Order: sequence, then C-alpha cells, then structure tokens
Amino acid sequence: MTTVTVDRTTTVPRDGTPYRKRRAYRSQNGLMGWAFLIGAVLCFALFSWYPMIRGIIVSFQRTRRGVTTWVGWDNYERIVNDPSFWTAWKNTAYFTVLALILGYAVPFIVAIIFNEFRHARGYLRALVYLPVMLPPASALFLFKYYAYDPSEAGLFNAILKFLHLPTSQWMQSTTMTMPAMVIASTWMNMGGAVLIYLAALQNIPGSLYEAAELDGAGIFKRIRHVTIPQTKLILSLMLMLQIVATMQLFIEPLILANGAGSQDSATSVAYLIYQHGFFQNDLNGAAALGVIMLVVLGVFSAFYARLSVKQD
Amino acid sequence: MSVTQFRKVATLAFAAGLGLSLAACSTKDDSSDAAGDKVTITVDCQPVGAQKELLRDWNADVEAFQKLHPNITIKSVSVGAQCNNPPDFTARLAGGTQTDVFYAYMTDLQQVLDSGQAMEITQFVNKDTIPTWDSISAEAKAAFSEGGKVYGIPTKNYSMGLLYNKNLFQQAGLDAKNPPKTWPEVREAAKKIAALGNGIAGYSEYSAGNTGGWHFTAELFAQGGSPVSADGKKADFNNDLGKKVLQNLKDMRYADNSMGEKQLLQWPDLLTNAAAGKVGMFVGAPDATTAIVTNFQGKYQDWAMGPMPGQDGAAKGTLGGGEGYFFKKGLTDAEVKAGLMWLAYEKLTPGKGQFDYARAKPENQPVGLPQPQLFTPGSDAFKQENELKKANANINVDDFALFENNPVPIKFEPANAQTIYAILDGAMSAILTNPNASIDAELKKASDKVDQALAQANK
Repeated sequence: MTTVTVDRTTTVPRDGTPYRKRRAYRSQNGLMGWAFLIGAVLCFALFSWYPMIRGIIVSFQRTRRGVTTWVGWDNYERIVNDPSFWTAWKNTAYFTVLALILGYAVPFIVAIIFNEFRHARGYLRALVYLPVMLPPASALFLFKYYAYDPSEAGLFNAILKFLHLPTSQWMQSTTMTMPAMVIASTWMNMGGAVLIYLAALQNIPGSLYEAAELDGAGIFKRIRHVTIPQTKLILSLMLMLQIVATMQLFIEPLILANGAGSQDSATSVAYLIYQHGFFQNDLNGAAALGVIMLVVLGVFSAFYARLSVKQD
Repeated sequence: MSVTQFRKVATLAFAAGLGLSLAACSTKDDSSDAAGDKVTITVDCQPVGAQKELLRDWNADVEAFQKLHPNITIKSVSVGAQCNNPPDFTARLAGGTQTDVFYAYMTDLQQVLDSGQAMEITQFVNKDTIPTWDSISAEAKAAFSEGGKVYGIPTKNYSMGLLYNKNLFQQAGLDAKNPPKTWPEVREAAKKIAALGNGIAGYSEYSAGNTGGWHFTAELFAQGGSPVSADGKKADFNNDLGKKVLQNLKDMRYADNSMGEKQLLQWPDLLTNAAAGKVGMFVGAPDATTAIVTNFQGKYQDWAMGPMPGQDGAAKGTLGGGEGYFFKKGLTDAEVKAGLMWLAYEKLTPGKGQFDYARAKPENQPVGLPQPQLFTPGSDAFKQENELKKANANINVDDFALFENNPVPIKFEPANAQTIYAILDGAMSAILTNPNASIDAELKKASDKVDQALAQANK
C-alpha cells in the first residue's frame, strides 16, 4: 500500500476552486446550517424537552399557598391508588387493541383496494382524505350529535332500527363506549394512513405481481407473498406510530363522552391526567401520571425498535 | 441574488425574527406611568361577541368609567361565555396568564390561594374604593376571605331552587302556580311532562363537567346532608342521605323514564335543551334563566321557580354560591385601587353596571329576578337595588315569588368544591346511564376518591 501525502493548501480540486476558498465556503455553509438548526433546536427545547423535564420535576413536588416543596414519591403513590388508575390503563389498552384490529387493518385494506383501481384514484384518495381535513373536534361533534344520539333519532340507531336490530345507547353504554370511539377515530384518521400505504404500494415493482401471477398466485397469495413483504417496513413503522398515538387517547373521550363517560368507561390515561390536572386541581398528580405514561411508551418504543432491528 | 447571498439574508432575517418573537413574549409591559398617575389594568369576563347587548353595555360602562377616572385605563379580556370553565381557569392560573383582576367562583378560593397567584387586598378594601362595601352580605365576603384576610370581592350570589317550564306544566295538566315541593311530587310531575313525548324530559339533570357533583351537593343539602365532614377532611355522602339523592334520580331515569335519553349533560347541554322547550324541571338558580335567555335564545316568560324540593317536606337546605374577582399577585397599590373602583362601578353600585336595570329592561335581559341579592337586607344599597329592580321589572315577578317567599337555609359550597364535584360526576353519570349501576358501589368509589383528594389537599 502506498501513502500519498497531499499538500492541501496547494491542491486544486477538479472544479478548479482552490482548497482554501472551498474550506471557507464549507465553513460558511456549516455556520448557516447551524443557524438554521437553531430554530428547530429552540422549538424542540422550548416546546418538547423543557416541558418534559419540567413535568418530571413537578411530579416530585407539591405547591401549596404558592410554596413548592419536594415530596418524593407521594404524587406517584396517590395516583397509583386512584380508583380510576387501573381502569384508565385497561380502557387505553382496550382502545389500542380495538384500534389495531379496526384502525390498523382497515386503512391497509382500503389502500390495497384503491391500488387496484385504474380510474378515479385521485377522486377516491380525496374522498378518503376528506375527514382528515375536518378539525378533529368538528368531526367528533358530528358523531356525538348525529351518529351516536342515544334516541332513535340518532343516525346509527335509525339504521339499526331500519334493519330491525336492537338500538344502542352508544356513548352512554359501558360496553359500546370504546367500540364507538374506535369507529369515530378510525373514520377521522384513516385518510392519512391510506395515503401512506398507497404510496408504499405504488413503489412495489409490477414485475413481482406478474411473476406471482405466472406462478398461479391468486389475489390473497399475492397480498401475502408480495404486498405485505414489500411494505413490511412501512407497516412496521405505522404499527408503532399507531400504538403510541392510540395510547394517548384523549379528544375522543373528552368530546364524545363529555369526559369519563358512564362509570369511567371512557376514561383513558391521558384523560385521567387532564382530570387530575384541570378538574381536581392536582397538577402534581397529573405530572406524575404523565411521567408514568412517558416511561411506559418509552419502554414500549425501545422494545419495539430493538425487536424490529433483530427481525431485519 | 446568488444562493449564498440569499442564504445569508435568510439566516439574518430568521435570526432577527426569532429574536423579535422572543422579545415580544418576554414580560408584561409596565402599566404604571412613570409620572405615577396613569394606571392600566386588565379585567376578564368581558361578554363574548355573540352576547351583543351585554358586550355593548360592558364597553359603554368601560367608557363611562374611564371618563369618570381619566387616569385609569381598563383593558377588557373575554374568556368565553362561561367566564370560569374549570379547565381553562386552572390552565390560566397554572400559567400565570390570568388578567390583573380575574373572575372566579366562590368555590375557587383554595385553588387560587394554592396557586400563589392572588394577592391579599385587605388594606385596600374600604368605603373609598367600594362605597357599598359595608352593605355586602357577610357570607358573600367570607367566600373570598381566609383568616381575616380579604383576597377577593364578591360580585354575585345565588341559591338553588326548582326551575320549571310553565308552558310544559300547563300542557301536562299541572298547576303552574303550584310546583312540586318534594322529590316524590317532582317525580309525579316529571312523569306527566315526559308523557307529552317529542323528546321532552320531565326532569333533567347534569352529570359531567363538574356540574353533576355540583347538583348532587345541592340535592344532598336538601336532604339535610353535607358532602364533607364538619372538619372538611373526609367525604360524608356515602350514607342514607346520599343514597336518597341518587335513588330519586335513578327512579325518574329508569323506573319512570321521565328524564330523557340524553345524559352526560354539562352546563350548556342542559340549558340548550331547556331553552328549546325540552326540559320540564331542573334544579338551578334564578340566573339560569338569564343564561337560557342571553346564551341559548330561550324565553324567560316560559320559566318560573319554586323552592328546593325536600324529601318528605320542605328542603333542609339548599346550595348557595356565587362569583367574584381576585387580584393578580404583584399589582401595584394604584392598580389594586383601580381594580376595586372598577368592580365597585360595574358590579356593586345600584343603578350602574350589572344593576343598571333601566338599561337592561328593554334589552331582553331578565329584570326582577330575586337574585343576585348581594346586599344585606335593610341596608341602603339593598333598598336602592330593590326599588330599581321593582321599577324596571320586565319579568313576571310572581313567577319567582314562591322561591323568594319560601326561603330555604342556604349552605355554602365546601372547600375544594370543584375537586369534589369532579369526582361526584362519576356517581351521577353512572346512575343516569346504567340501569344496573349500584348506588352503594358508586357512592363508595366516589367517597374513597374524595377522601384521597382531601387528604392531599389538607397536607
């Protein structure tokens, strides 16, 4: 092996720019890069990292008469002993599972169906994306007042009655609250997921499907052996994002169930945080529950990331 | 412009913009003029744009007040039609973003003091700043004081009774001049009203947004109970009296089906239904009719009011509460005095502001309601206010005579009331939405939670 020593001050690159000038240009570019980065760093620092650190600190404190004291694990003990604590986790887990069955599978299936259409794809994409453009609160009020009205005037109850099926109390029923929230949430949010899946599907080379067809694969086999393996990365990412997002269930109980719903049937962990912080004047307890949630989601994400790396 | 130049300019512009933005949201500007005379204060609870007449009146009052006191500038802030929506209020307190003079319920004293956001104003409160101060009822003042120190000024008070829709009473064949006096009578009347159909609830009740707990407390007072023990350290509703409150509601909801299908109601939900003529009766204060008219486009001619129903006879108590204003910590003496003078003008002077009945009369605002009754009976302010009210009454005062002439002992809301109400919402919503909900289990659960919350609050 030979070693080549280069005198950098005299080196002239291929474009003819002297090295010193190029280094100055690079360093200027670097400065500019940092300057642009400051905005993002400041935004994250102010609106994500600082509140997070502040939340952790507040969870170990208590404020009385404007005086803040350190109280160790008191807030955590109190929160864990709240009769609604485990109900909230159970409800959140139930919502997450239901949302995975409905909210994760449906957009993928819809994307596969849309991908098969040769015409009107744009129209269908706009149609499915339309609910995403509605402000979430408006979409949920639509469900609350028109779809989930517990009387027979409600849209869903009218349909059930027309079909001679038993009607439901929807958000006032302890058993229907969660499925009803999942339906509304899926309708509201699936547009974005469908577009992402469609983009992933359109990147799959057509030759793979042709080869599978030549091998005699039907539609289900093509999905199983071509579509799913080819979109595995995006499916895996969306799975994690969906779980993290559904674990933060909040606006659905707040609007659809006016809070906790019947017998805590709509109480999610995020709503319990809100209830402690803003209705029960217990911001320290709310912070403690927020930290517990952060830890749970952090552990889940780390575990999931590790699992994904191993699989890859 | 080359790319490099463009980048330079963009970087500089971005950095300058960021710097300006950060500077803009740094601190409150100094409202006191260096000369020492000019004072600017911010005050919340300005009516919202949809409350056109109320907003016009408020702005006119601000203008008139500023003419009277040229050195004072009032900056009005609107915080919604419901000036104290508990979550918004808590967020403002936690963030320290409340106005200099800020609206609160009588139940908020503990929360406000705990937040460290209010200042003591004892030394400033006197006849010079509030000419009617000595006439204001002692109970109302007590709700904003602690340990002999004054922290806020009461501006409105109320007590609860039974509001009922006269039209629906007549349609149901009930005597609109003789409303139910006991809960069994309420139940019978509710059945008849609900039988009118068309989605009408004979009796309607809250169960969300802290209002369920608020009404549970009112109905518990009527039974002779109290939500907390005398020392304020333990829940005291998991007993026969608490069970009677929930049993009455459960019977009407499920045995009689007289409360309508829609439950989990919050303050605007019930009042919207009431304004639409879909509610026969509900427990409330006289000013609920004001909200029905000014916020929800109802007609006050439809409504009348009787005393709070008791279980077997007259109610043993009824809930009393109200509202007022606190002063943000750190105000200068001049700012506090300016705030007090504004409150005196707008809220506590017969013939001015909220008591300007001559102005309110043609404006579709109910005049002649028995409350607020802030002034001590017999005082000059009391006499003046009542004379003005009678002279300008635009409602049929007889509709509220039964409530006014049959006073029920008023019991004021307990300390940490909003915390207790939030928890009691759970018991109320369970009973009103699940026919199989156990009253015993729900009261036990709520009682445990309140014990825990009070232990925390009293630490």
